[in-house]
Amino acid sequence: MSSDKVTKTVLFSASLLVLIVSAGIVFSLAKGSIPAFKEFGLKFIITNEWNPTSGKEVYGALPFIAGTLITSILALIICLPLAFSTSLFVAEYFRNTRVANILSSLVDLLSGIPSIVYGLWGFYTLRPFIIKLGLSDQGFGIFTSSLILAIMIIPYATSLSTEIIAMVPDELKEAAYSLGATRLEVIFHVIIPTASSGIIASYILALGRALGETMAVTMLIGNSNVIPSGLFATGNTMASIIANQFGEASGLKLSSLIAIGLILFAITGIVNSLGKYIIRKFS
Amino acid sequence: MSVNNIPAFIDNIDGRNKKNKLFLGLVIALSVLTVLPIVLIVSKIIINGIGQINFNFFVQTSPDSLQAMSAIANQETIPGGIANGILGTFLIVIVSSAMAIPAGIMIGIYLYENQGRRYSNFLRSTTEILQGVPSIVLGIISYLWVVKNITNGFSAFAGSVALSIMMLPMIIRSTEETMKMIPNEIREAAFAMGTPYHKVILRILIPTGFSGLSTGILLSISRILGETAPLMMTALGSTIINYNITKPTSAVPLLIWEFYNDPNMVKLVWSSALFLMIFVLTLNILSGSLSAKRKTGRKK
Repeated sequence: MSSDKVTKTVLFSASLLVLIVSAGIVFSLAKGSIPAFKEFGLKFIITNEWNPTSGKEVYGALPFIAGTLITSILALIICLPLAFSTSLFVAEYFRNTRVANILSSLVDLLSGIPSIVYGLWGFYTLRPFIIKLGLSDQGFGIFTSSLILAIMIIPYATSLSTEIIAMVPDELKEAAYSLGATRLEVIFHVIIPTASSGIIASYILALGRALGETMAVTMLIGNSNVIPSGLFATGNTMASIIANQFGEASGLKLSSLIAIGLILFAITGIVNSLGKYIIRKFS
Repeated sequence: MSVNNIPAFIDNIDGRNKKNKLFLGLVIALSVLTVLPIVLIVSKIIINGIGQINFNFFVQTSPDSLQAMSAIANQETIPGGIANGILGTFLIVIVSSAMAIPAGIMIGIYLYENQGRRYSNFLRSTTEILQGVPSIVLGIISYLWVVKNITNGFSAFAGSVALSIMMLPMIIRSTEETMKMIPNEIREAAFAMGTPYHKVILRILIPTGFSGLSTGILLSISRILGETAPLMMTALGSTIINYNITKPTSAVPLLIWEFYNDPNMVKLVWSSALFLMIFVLTLNILSGSLSAKRKTGRKK
């Protein structure tokens, strides 16, 4: 009997690890960003300047918050029609066929490619293509990054929504067909309304993925520390400013980068929790 | 479920059929467009990467910029390889696994055994939040915890800590899901014979769920193999082969980053990327076939 108690205690103490690590992450990020917030106050979040010249040091997170939100949301918009069509292809039109299986395993392959490899491809293939189209001189910028992000999050947006669409009961669809509805009408009047919360949740979770992506974006966004002035302008994201400048940072700059990490942690936390909440509430 | 707002279907049947076909065409076209990038990416990496892959590529350390430059000038293949990166990746992944796998399996079993309790639900939500933390943030954390306070400098161990925090939630989840699939009768039979709890776990639950657990483990390893950003802030990189976990260590993704930033090494970028991609995809396919085997096994 007592050996069982020992086992249970061991399992319980292991479970504390998750809580300790999570609390530790929040604590360390908060502690590390104290100097930045002490110096700049909450204005840190809305300051549009990043000046590391010693003596005139001013750090603000706004350009990077803007860069992250713009690239991620644009990526989601680009990804939406692609992911939704793929879900319909796999879960509705060609359900359980060989071609659907091939398509879904190809899309799964996308999630196995490392971020830095996407960055390489973006740099050597996508960027010259953007230049060729005459969209921008250097090919770097918001649009190029969003395009690569969109490709990267396709598997995340697709897998869950495919599952949800496949789960729509046949009775509902058959009822609509018996009334003379075409397949298109069944999709828009039965499948989408029934599966909407799951579909939305999967896109929100895909957005959460895009927010934290680092390497591919760093290699393509152009790394200029200003609020992007347009779709084809350069910018920077929270993740890529950390990746670029963390190595040589110290003092106030290090603290500001940690503060950006804290903000990124909070934003992704909110977005992911929202997605999970929708799934739990409606499933 | 607003199924009741279907419009009258009587009028204009030709137009509706046309729309129906048009939409099907659109879905197929967009699905093909979705597959296009994967085909382009994989073929680009294979075509550009295959030329540099030779025996030395796997057993020699990375060359310096000058060696690469003179090789290009003489139109030879660039000497050296990525052995320091491959062994560094192994070192970092093994240490992360040693930390994350036992802990993750224990926590997963705990969650399964304590379904429905308030503490378990809280634990599960926390695990979900941990899973969503961007890897770059974990890089900061490991820098603050390990680089600054434990190894007093960049180290393989710091990289492993960052990556093990990434692995942990994935292993917890897959363990819990696997445990849910083990028929309760098996556990009950074991308990009925008076088997102590730890033996039920070690001799019944883990062996029965072995394929499920390995699927989760392989997937989580394939996820961390390509991580670059957190390693830049923790393991830093090294030009020599290093087995000491308290010293800076290279890794394949770190080498890709270095090669990418050095115009002379561009050719090596593609072979390293090819190597990394094959490695990751092999793990993915292996875990996929394991879980497929499990599914067909259950049907019998």
